[in-house]
Amino acid sequence: MTDTQGPAVLDRDGLNALVAELVAQGRTVIGPTVRDGAVVLAELESADDLPFGWGVELDAGRYRLVRRTDGAAFAHSAGPQSWKNFLHPARQRLWSADRTPSGGVDFTADEPAAPSYAFLGVRPCDLRAIAIQDRVLTGGRYEDTGYARRRTGAFLIAAECTEPGATCFCVSTGGGPAADPGYDLALTEVDGRFLVRVGSEAGGELLARLPHSAADEGTERAAHAAVDAARDRMGRALPPVDVRALLAGSADAERWDDVAERCLTCGNCTMVCPTCFCVTTEEVTDLTGDHTERWQRWDSCFDLDFSYLHGGPVRASARSRYRQWLTHKLSTWHDQFDSSGCVGCGRCISWCPVGIDITEEVTALAAEAGTGPTASADPRTES
Amino acid sequence: MTNLPVPYRVVARRPETADTVTLRLEPVADALGDFAPGQFAMVHCFGRGEIPVSVSSVQSTGGLAHTVRAVGAVSAGLCEARTAEVVGIRGPFGTGWELERARGRDVVVVAGGIGLAPLRPLILRALAEPEAYGRVNVLIGARTPADLIGREEVAGWRTAYTGVTVDRPDEDWRGDVGLVTDLLGRAHLTPSDAWGFVCGPEPMIRATARELVARGMPPDRIRVSLERNMRCATGHCGHCQLGPLLLCRDGPVVDWQRAEPLLSVREL
Repeated sequence: MTDTQGPAVLDRDGLNALVAELVAQGRTVIGPTVRDGAVVLAELESADDLPFGWGVELDAGRYRLVRRTDGAAFAHSAGPQSWKNFLHPARQRLWSADRTPSGGVDFTADEPAAPSYAFLGVRPCDLRAIAIQDRVLTGGRYEDTGYARRRTGAFLIAAECTEPGATCFCVSTGGGPAADPGYDLALTEVDGRFLVRVGSEAGGELLARLPHSAADEGTERAAHAAVDAARDRMGRALPPVDVRALLAGSADAERWDDVAERCLTCGNCTMVCPTCFCVTTEEVTDLTGDHTERWQRWDSCFDLDFSYLHGGPVRASARSRYRQWLTHKLSTWHDQFDSSGCVGCGRCISWCPVGIDITEEVTALAAEAGTGPTASADPRTES
Repeated sequence: MTNLPVPYRVVARRPETADTVTLRLEPVADALGDFAPGQFAMVHCFGRGEIPVSVSSVQSTGGLAHTVRAVGAVSAGLCEARTAEVVGIRGPFGTGWELERARGRDVVVVAGGIGLAPLRPLILRALAEPEAYGRVNVLIGARTPADLIGREEVAGWRTAYTGVTVDRPDEDWRGDVGLVTDLLGRAHLTPSDAWGFVCGPEPMIRATARELVARGMPPDRIRVSLERNMRCATGHCGHCQLGPLLLCRDGPVVDWQRAEPLLSVREL
C-alpha cells in the first residue's frame, strides 16, 4: 500500500472495487448512468453502470446523448437531475398528527433513517451547489433536519470536469472545472485511468482498501492539463460585471418584458437547478378524518400560487416572476445566504423548453444598464 | 424542535367582526418559548394546514392569543375552532416590534383594521410602563365601524391620544370619517423625536409611513409589520421573500428605511 494521503491512481478495476466496497459497506451508491436517452443519476450496482463512452451535446433548449470513441466514464456534463433530488427530495413527509380519544392532538415528527449515500461522479459545479444548499438548509438559525440527516455522512466522490458542455459557464461564476474542498475523494479521468485525491479521513480509509498505485508524474500532469484545458473551453459566460449589483439595480429594466414574452413560466429551470430549494407544504388527510399529514414538495417561484396572499398573487406577471428567479439567484441570494445561488452548471439553459439562456439575459441586462436610463446602481446593495 | 407543532388548547373564543375571531390559547402540556410582541407563530388547523399569525397577546403563563380573519381554508377553519379544541403551534418566529428602542420618546401606533391585533401587546406594554415612554398615541382606521376590533378595550386605554376613524360610516357612527393618516395631526408627539409602529394593509402602511416621514420622523424609527405567505417560518421555503429579505427571519417587523425601497417596486 502507498501513502493514502498523496495522489493515487485507480484503473478500471480499482473503480469497480470502489463501487463494490461502497456497496459492501451498505451504502446506497448514486451516480450517472444512461437511461431514457439521458445521463441520469440513479443507484449503481457496479461501476459497469457508469456511462462509459457516452457524451452529451448541449445547447439552449437542447440535450442529446452522443457516442464517444474514448470510452470515458465522466465526459458528459450536467444532466437533467442534480444531487438535490436525493438530499432535498421532491416530496417528503414532515410530520403527522392524530386526534386522540380525549379530544387532543398528537403530533409526530417524521424522522425515517436516511440512506447512507455515496455519490459518485459529483461535478465541481455540483459540489459547489451542495455547499450552497448546505448553507441555505443547515447554515441558518434553524436546520432542515431531514436534509441534515441525509447530508450527514453522505460520501462524496467528485469527478473533475475535463469535458465542459456548450451550456457550461462555471468559470464566470467564480468556480471552475477543478473540485473545491468538500469531497471525500476526487477523481480526474485520464485515458481510462483515474487520478485520485483524498479530501477526508473517510476518503483516505476507503482508498486504502482499493487496489491503487501512487500517482506518477505523467498522470498527474495529464490530469492537471485536462482540467486546465477545460477551464478555457466553457461554452458560455456571464458578462464580466458585478452581477450582484447589476441585478439589484435592474428592477425596472425593459429586458424583463422581452424575456417575459418568451418565458412559459413552466418552472423547468427551477426543477433542474441544483441550488433552487423552494418548497411548499400540503396537508393530506385520510378517510377517517382523525389522521393528517404534513408534506413538503418542491415549489417554483414561477408558479402563480408561489406568492399567493389572500386576495391574489404578489407576482402575477411573467415579468415579475422571471425577475424574481434571476434576481434571487444572482443577487439577493448574497443578501440572504452570503453567496451567489448560481454555480454555472448550465442546466437551466439546456432544459428550458424555449431556450432562454441565463447568460444571454444577464448580458442584455448589463447592456441595458450600461446604455439605458436605468444605469444607476442600487445603493442598498453596494458593497 | 421548531419543526413540530406543540398542542395548544382553545380556552376562549371571541368573535371580533363578521369574519374575524380572537382565540385565546393555553399549552396542553409544555409551552413554547416566550413570544415578543410583533413575533408570529405558525398555527395549524387539523386537516387544513398551517398559517402564520402574529401574536395579539402574550402572557407570562405561556398563554397566547391570535386574532384570525377568515380569508382562506386554514384561517376559516381556525375561526370555526371551538373552546377546548386543540390546535398546533410552532414558534416564536421572526422579529418583534422592539418597543424598548423607543424608551424615553413619544410613541405613535397606527393600525389598519385587523392590524391592531399584532400591535395590541405593544400598546399594553407601553401603557404598563408610562414613566418609560413619552406620550403614547394610538391611531386606528378601518373600512367600516363593523370592521373595528376590540372597541371596548381600546376605549379603556389611557393614552395621550386615541383616534378612531372609518372610511365608510354607518348611521350610528358619530366618530371620524376618513383615512387614518388624517388623525396624525391630532396626535401628541414631536415626530422628529418619536417612534412609529405601523401594521395594516400594505397601501395603508405605505401611506402612513410616508406621512410620518413627511412630518419629520426618521425612517429608521418607523417599524412596520409586513405579510407574505410563509410556509415553513424557518427560512427554508423561499415563499416570504421580499427582495433581499426573508420576512420569516428578517421580518415580519422591519424598519421603514429597509422596507420603503422594496415596497416601491411593483410585484416584488
